[in-house]
Amino acid sequence: MGDILRERERQVYRKGAEQPFQLDCEKQSVAGSVSQRACVFCGSRVVLYPIADALHIVHGPIGCASYTWDIRGALSSGPELHRLSFSTDLQEMDVVQGGEKKLYAGLCELIDAHQPKAAFVYATCIVGVIGDDVEAVCKRVSMEKGIPVLPVHSEGFKGTKKDGYRAACDALLKLAGTGPTEGITPHSINILGDFNLAGETWMIRDYYKRMGVEVVSCITGDGRVDEIRCAHGAALNVVQCSGSMTHLAKTLKEKYGTPFIRVSYFGVEDMSKSLYDVARHFKDKEMMKRTQAMVREELERIMPQLADYKRALEGKRAAIYVGGAFKAFSLVAALRHLGMTTVMVGSQTGNKDDYEQLRELCDEGTIIADDSNPLELSSFLEEKDVDVFIGGVKERPIAYKLGIGFCDHNHERKEALAGFEGMLNFAKEVYSSVLSPVWRLTPRKRGNSLEVVR
Amino acid sequence: MSSQPRAPKSRSPKAPRPNWVSTRNPCKACAPLGAALVMRGIEGALPFLHGSQGCATYMRRYLISHFREPMDIATSGFSEATTIFGGEANLRQGLDNVTSQYHPSLIGIATTCLTETIGEDMHGMLHEYRALPGEESDPLLVHVSTPSYSGTHIDGFNDSVRAVVEQLAQAGETPSAYLNTFVNVFPGMVSSEDLRWVKEVCADFGLPATLFPDYSETLDGPSMEIYKKIPEGGTPLAALRATPSAKASIEFGRTIRHKRTAASFLQERFEVPAKRIGMPIGINESDIFFAAMEKISGRKTPEKYTRERGRLVDAYVDGHKYLFGKRALVIGDEDMAVGLASFLAETGVLPVLCASGGKSGAFARSIAEVTTHLREPAIVREGVDFMTIAEELALKELKPDFVIGSSKAAKLARELGVPLIRVGFPIHDRIGGQRILHLGYRGAQQLFDLVVNTLLEVKQDSNLIGYSYL
Repeated sequence: MGDILRERERQVYRKGAEQPFQLDCEKQSVAGSVSQRACVFCGSRVVLYPIADALHIVHGPIGCASYTWDIRGALSSGPELHRLSFSTDLQEMDVVQGGEKKLYAGLCELIDAHQPKAAFVYATCIVGVIGDDVEAVCKRVSMEKGIPVLPVHSEGFKGTKKDGYRAACDALLKLAGTGPTEGITPHSINILGDFNLAGETWMIRDYYKRMGVEVVSCITGDGRVDEIRCAHGAALNVVQCSGSMTHLAKTLKEKYGTPFIRVSYFGVEDMSKSLYDVARHFKDKEMMKRTQAMVREELERIMPQLADYKRALEGKRAAIYVGGAFKAFSLVAALRHLGMTTVMVGSQTGNKDDYEQLRELCDEGTIIADDSNPLELSSFLEEKDVDVFIGGVKERPIAYKLGIGFCDHNHERKEALAGFEGMLNFAKEVYSSVLSPVWRLTPRKRGNSLEVVR
Repeated sequence: MSSQPRAPKSRSPKAPRPNWVSTRNPCKACAPLGAALVMRGIEGALPFLHGSQGCATYMRRYLISHFREPMDIATSGFSEATTIFGGEANLRQGLDNVTSQYHPSLIGIATTCLTETIGEDMHGMLHEYRALPGEESDPLLVHVSTPSYSGTHIDGFNDSVRAVVEQLAQAGETPSAYLNTFVNVFPGMVSSEDLRWVKEVCADFGLPATLFPDYSETLDGPSMEIYKKIPEGGTPLAALRATPSAKASIEFGRTIRHKRTAASFLQERFEVPAKRIGMPIGINESDIFFAAMEKISGRKTPEKYTRERGRLVDAYVDGHKYLFGKRALVIGDEDMAVGLASFLAETGVLPVLCASGGKSGAFARSIAEVTTHLREPAIVREGVDFMTIAEELALKELKPDFVIGSSKAAKLARELGVPLIRVGFPIHDRIGGQRILHLGYRGAQQLFDLVVNTLLEVKQDSNLIGYSYL
């Protein structure tokens, strides 16, 4: 455990160890630890990013806009305004004199040019320091242009990524409740926390359609401003990615009395359970029958192929490091479905309950880590002799450098991994990495010997 | 024909529309990213950003997506309280933790917009930190000021090269046997493969070289059995200390010749002659580099390179008809774009528009210098973004046949319906950006074949027959 900083010792746990379960989490990252987390801005940006008919402008120096240009694989069935990068690109003089004028002018010209349905203005670190009244500028532009212009208080230093999720939800809450709700049926939902990566929202929407459930809005995958404005008219909020969306769901419940349930669309079990939970909520026998028939149909379609993958992957070891712990639950289950064992699992933003649940889910000896870093992760991969690491772009080179397979399960992915079809894609991706012949050539498997091994 | 071709006046007609206030699809990243890359090019060093957690993570992701290599950047991780009360405690804790985890030889500390804006006294804080009781093995600390609201990643890169040299250079530390025996090479922001090429050339000239930065191995290393906390490779600290004892410095980049750089510092302070030349892309600019190498080493260019040059000229002849009069849109970091324009112009391609997110003030002049014989002088734009470029192309009906530049131009090329030839940084949508060789005759050979073949592919795909011979 030599690679773990003293300040972080309580953020790493090994199941089965003598000590009672205790894992510190929801803390600011330790300075100098090279956390895999980003910042408040990142949290807001990823949540609001897929809203395709809104203007997203980053108020600050250029970096924050450059690093988030077209960063997510979030697809749109119509407008693609979200895939452009707009910034006030603050310069030295703006920092001295304040950036309000530039923000005002930038917003006006961009709204005139692109005619968005709404605009989100992301405040970055220095905006919080130079004291720009972003709120006032947004109000003024909103009045003049006649569209909602919403400040997102996402100064990077003001907390963690989770605070950014909250700031994004606060902006969304200014939209929800402002649109008409006539004609929305009783069997209606909002999909919260799916981001339409590689078209996943479309698959999920299709399942609901086949069940006879009306989707009022999806927040925020393939998102549209006018749909979000009507979100308060839905009968139920179905929340995936609870880390980012629980605040929104809870507030909608307080304000409009809309109940919510937590779901996950990853893995066969969780996917089926999610649909059944929704059907059960509406207490409609016909809907439940349709759901059962659909699940059966989907499973019959993918099970034979899944079984093939399972035969090849049985007994392989996986490590997981993802943003939110909720996804990790589903991944542990999905990997088990493929006959694999999770030997290490961690997240950037999990809370106490999440980690408790993870501990219950995992086998003895599994390492659980909160807010980990490259040195810890690489040592876990080495120690546990992992076959595949599941994470995001920042985790990829850690695995690859050590000659270990990798599966991207983050927001940049181009493969749909949600839903039944997604489970098959997931299995295929894990299989394609683990079974690749290239590992046989790596020093990890055969040292640096020049002896031919085929 | 005049034997003395004069540089045409650079055309700078008015921008196509009233200037946009906002930046739309940026052609640049921010300064600390360049700093982090430079620090990764020092042996045993770790980059460290004094600012919010997100900066380090975003830059890691941006660099990892290009190099496809581990890229650890530490941070002091500002919180709200830190921002109000100052970051000294976080800086100290961060440096302590980095030291105990990574055992670096050096920590390269760059500021961010946040810490520059709140006015952190880096000099004072680091001075006090150094004065604390410590170990013999404690890392050196260098600091560079990189406010993100000023300049681009290239400015951050070049400023960091200078800052490191300024802070480490020590006259009189070099054993006399080594005095005036070697050359400093400051190549600017080039690929890992380019860096390996520079080292190869210096070795072939029998000229020991201090290449800085050198991320040829740290950001393009072999597969490993055991994870290296800090990858092997990089410019050794001893070599950085000895830079004042060099015979000369060679520095690439026409647009930075009027700036204070590492080479200008060594010249002014230690009288190390500075040879400041363009990035050696294409034959003409490479010739200048090889001439400089001949002069400094006192040796003729090895036959290996003259033969490469000969083959390249032969290839130019073989392919000249495919390229003559073709119109290129060149987008990139200024010095790379100048080199590319030089290369394209000498093959018969018209660089109709050369654009960069950088704003050195010397871009138009530099492009004009290297494209003297063009029938139609290139329009040159500095400090622009991709949407402004697109508008100018449409307005002037420039109709490029291809785009050459980073992968960020992919969207624009797709809209134009022309191929993008990916060079420079970043390349986020293909593998191997770090292994592209841009420099020298060999680099030009690879670029030339790529450009010709890309245009042939268009020709083949767009006709009904799909000729078997082209």
